[in-house]
Amino acid sequence: MPEVQSQNTVGLVESSTFLFDQPLALACGETLNAYELAYETYGKLNSTGDNAILVCHALSGTHHLAGYYSEDDPKPGWWENLVGPGKVIDTNRFFVVGVNNLGGCHGSTGPTTINPDTDKPYGPDFPMVTVTDWVESQNRLTTKLGIEQWAAVIGGSLGGMQVLQWSIDYPERLRHAIVIAASSKLTAQNIAFNEVARQAIRTDPDFHDGHYYEHNTIPEKGLRIARMLGHLTYLSDDIMAEKFGRDLREDTINFDYGIEFQVESYLRHQADRFVGTFDANTYLLMTKALDYFDPATEAGSSLSAVLSKACADFFVLSFTGDWRFSPQRSHEIVKALHDNDLNVSYAEIESHHGHDAFLLALPQYLSVFGTYMDRITSECTK
Amino acid sequence: MNLSRSDFQVICDWITPNSHVLDLGCGNGELLSELSKSQGVSGYGIEIDDKNISRCIKAGINVIQRDLDLGLSDFDEESFDFVILSLTLQASNYPHRLLGEMLRVGAEGIVTFPNFGNITSRIQLGLGGRMPVNRTLPMEWYNTPNVHLCTLKDFEELCEKLDIEILERRAVTHDNKTGPGLKLFPNLFGEIALYRFRKKPA
Repeated sequence: MPEVQSQNTVGLVESSTFLFDQPLALACGETLNAYELAYETYGKLNSTGDNAILVCHALSGTHHLAGYYSEDDPKPGWWENLVGPGKVIDTNRFFVVGVNNLGGCHGSTGPTTINPDTDKPYGPDFPMVTVTDWVESQNRLTTKLGIEQWAAVIGGSLGGMQVLQWSIDYPERLRHAIVIAASSKLTAQNIAFNEVARQAIRTDPDFHDGHYYEHNTIPEKGLRIARMLGHLTYLSDDIMAEKFGRDLREDTINFDYGIEFQVESYLRHQADRFVGTFDANTYLLMTKALDYFDPATEAGSSLSAVLSKACADFFVLSFTGDWRFSPQRSHEIVKALHDNDLNVSYAEIESHHGHDAFLLALPQYLSVFGTYMDRITSECTK
Repeated sequence: MNLSRSDFQVICDWITPNSHVLDLGCGNGELLSELSKSQGVSGYGIEIDDKNISRCIKAGINVIQRDLDLGLSDFDEESFDFVILSLTLQASNYPHRLLGEMLRVGAEGIVTFPNFGNITSRIQLGLGGRMPVNRTLPMEWYNTPNVHLCTLKDFEELCEKLDIEILERRAVTHDNKTGPGLKLFPNLFGEIALYRFRKKPA
């Protein structure tokens, strides 16, 4: 654990898992008879249980929001910038829960889990899961944790989509919904990016129609390309120019296909890191969940109409340089909320960091988000 | 009620209790916060400035970060009982369009603006020969956000053009002084002009 961080980190943390043996009927028509959810908690639930916060993760996120797994763990949880003692999501004030989504590959039941019916990993046979299914499973976890109502459900990107779904499916179970860099449905361009990523994986000779575990291999090439493509769409042109420009790794160009530009080196590094930690079948599932999410059309109506069920107070945030989930998508969400006269505030953070901005410690982001969290604190039992 | 601006006091008198209000350029949220506490008013503020967004959230009001010059297209027709534009008209790029938008989304509009026809400004420009700088218009010509200054007469002429019916008019000073001069010659002695208006009935 890097010493410099030890002052304001939750420090060493451990994951837990809950086994659910009540069957879960999924949107795709299949049923999971039993499943496990991996989760992590930080801070303490207060005497009345009204200070609990659920954080939903994005495409490649996990339940590991903050802290370190060991003294020599090189990297903290994915939202270390915002979750911890004295931070925006203050673990001194809130009981914070992170959960790995169903279909994930970090402890919750997913494609890498052994299917009890076949004694082999589920692989491609793991059913398609949707945002609605995730919310249903998270709702059951809420009950198991003894939480009646979340003070807030918070998420960025695909996590923000889960927050929206929570507010529609279990309106009474959350007081605040914080939707960051999200969208009420993907654009054609976004679906197209996801499809290119999926094709990269599925056409890799090592994919074996998803049964690669049995061949003791992984579709590494495909997964690498998928991650590189995804990663560059999370950045902006401006930030890439600032970070890398046309800088070369060596002083001269070599007229070959090795790594010459710094940006190439960076992308390959991102791919290296991802391949070792993320399952290709999970990646496919998560991108499909993203593509399918569209609570309005699903209900055969408009976003305003489906959100008429919601009763939480909303805080919506977007980032100006985010072209993958642009501020326009957040405007649509905000409109549907004020169409219903719901309490909603909206902040558009000036940033050239692209979609990844929601993970970063940007001053205005921390300031407004922190102020909103203070408001939630003031409503919680001391 | 202890509000920091004299125009806020008048606006509070004009707003019907429990009404639904949109406050354009709501600043730190003081007016909406007061209206919600004392009159049970609900609604939203629109604001562009980062620091003010945090202040509004701190004040516990609903605030939406938006540039008013982009219009109010995200709001449907007749969504609000009142749409307020306080000391913001003069800083907007398209005041005439904004007035139209206000009456599209709201039943009534309330506008307040610094009166350029105030005697101090007239003396500074007419006799001094320089752009006015005073407590109503504290900035220099080169750094002022006020790009569309007008007088009471100018505003009323625009309302006539836009088929806007003025329901109430007040002129106040910053320190809320009253006197016969202000009543008789609002365009001369008023520092802030206030109007409540609606679309002319067809």
